[in-house]
Amino acid sequence: MHPARRGIRSRIGTAELAVATVVTLTAALALVFFYAPLEAEQGFLQKIFYVHVPLAIVSLCGFVLGGIFAIAHLRTRRAVWDYRSYVSIHISLVFAAATLITGSIWAKGSWGHWWVWSEPTLVSFLIVFLLYATYQPLRFAIEDPERQARYASVFAVTAGAFVPLNFIAVRLSTAYLHPRVLGSTSNLPGPMALTFLVSLVAFALLFATLCSFELQMKRTRAHVRALRRRLSFEGAASRAATSSRSAAPRLPATAPRSGGLA
Amino acid sequence: MSAETATPSRLTDAPGATHARTGAAGARSMRAVLPALLRKELLVELRTLQAVPGMSLFALSTFVVFHFALNRGTVAGDLAAGVLWVTLLFAALLGVNRLFVADADQGGFDGFLLAPAEPGAMLIAKALTLLAYLVVLEIVAVPAFGLLLLGPSLGRALPDLIWVLALADLGVAAVGTLVSAIAVQTRARDLLGPLLALPLLVPIVIGAARASEPLLAEGHVGHPAARWLLMLGLYDLVFGLIAYALFDFLLED
Repeated sequence: MHPARRGIRSRIGTAELAVATVVTLTAALALVFFYAPLEAEQGFLQKIFYVHVPLAIVSLCGFVLGGIFAIAHLRTRRAVWDYRSYVSIHISLVFAAATLITGSIWAKGSWGHWWVWSEPTLVSFLIVFLLYATYQPLRFAIEDPERQARYASVFAVTAGAFVPLNFIAVRLSTAYLHPRVLGSTSNLPGPMALTFLVSLVAFALLFATLCSFELQMKRTRAHVRALRRRLSFEGAASRAATSSRSAAPRLPATAPRSGGLA
Repeated sequence: MSAETATPSRLTDAPGATHARTGAAGARSMRAVLPALLRKELLVELRTLQAVPGMSLFALSTFVVFHFALNRGTVAGDLAAGVLWVTLLFAALLGVNRLFVADADQGGFDGFLLAPAEPGAMLIAKALTLLAYLVVLEIVAVPAFGLLLLGPSLGRALPDLIWVLALADLGVAAVGTLVSAIAVQTRARDLLGPLLALPLLVPIVIGAARASEPLLAEGHVGHPAARWLLMLGLYDLVFGLIAYALFDFLLED
């Protein structure tokens, strides 16, 4: 069977995933606003914790996942792994931006400043965000699709390993100056812990759904391109392929490229 | 191993096959190839003098800029550590940007791929070259910093500072070589190199600046805390291994 078509048929999970996300996210928000008790010191402001911390955790896992997919791509040379790596990093970058914004709001609310350098998690996030922000420009700047995928994977593996190391470094540089206030999840009381867990699952599902949608969109586009290529002349098809301006990896319209060289 | 048998096998084998070839033959090839590559790199630099003089001059100019920007005659402590490491880092980025340019533009990569040599040999040769650049840069820039900007005496700080410099240089060499090899194949190589390298080098700046802070303080407060040196060592190890593991994939075409 045609690889692109097989991909579309196997993607029946997206709808279910979307429904599960809506249900869990609604439940999480209901728990946040009606069930979780008000925190003694910060009051209502603390509720941003249930959005900020899950976003941060999911986005970090997404970056590391992108690195793992990139390893799979380098090992197998199947374009679909590069695709998954790209989508994972792309959505994680959006989540990381949301983490920075919510963290900034929280800092403004509790300390009166939009940005505090004494919060190591937030600072690490900024560094990781700046690093991953170069992922798309890097892809843009390499024309050959095979080389683009390969170099992007090398970047994704390096950056994936950088994420934990960077957190250690930044944590070390601030831990001895200020007591940690945000993000301490180990000593939460029961209702807060439950709300946090449901919220974490909800954001993980949201991540999975968004990834699934983007993957499906790319697959469909590849399928359409393959169909169009079969309809039109070779020259017209290659013109259409080079004119699309996107840093996203392209699934090969026919069989996936083997590791051989041009 | 002759060139005729080795070359097609690397060009057509599956990824990772190059690792399988390591062993006695691989080690022999590495021993033979590495000195030759290193000699070539250093000879090219000695004949063209493109990177190191530029890096050193850049560092000196940056000290002058810092003098006027901060409006201070002397700096000490954390400020001195910051000025020193920002200067060294940006000067190092100049070298990182130049590292593979000749190979990409004048067929150095093709020549290397045609030779029966381990891809890792090129990484190690380039990283050692960058390390040599950095050492020369520091031989010029650190005394100049002591002369131009540093308040406390450099002599007392130097024995400990050398260790911090060495650990930081290893990390910059590993990451710089990898980033340079990635960036040189892109259209915007001068832009992407620093963009990729700066966030990756932030842990080095943290470790090196914090470690040299007490050394450059008034009255030489003490030795660098062990945790910073450990962190720099961990960084060097992790990124050294990552660069070695991934470099093969950058050399395939």
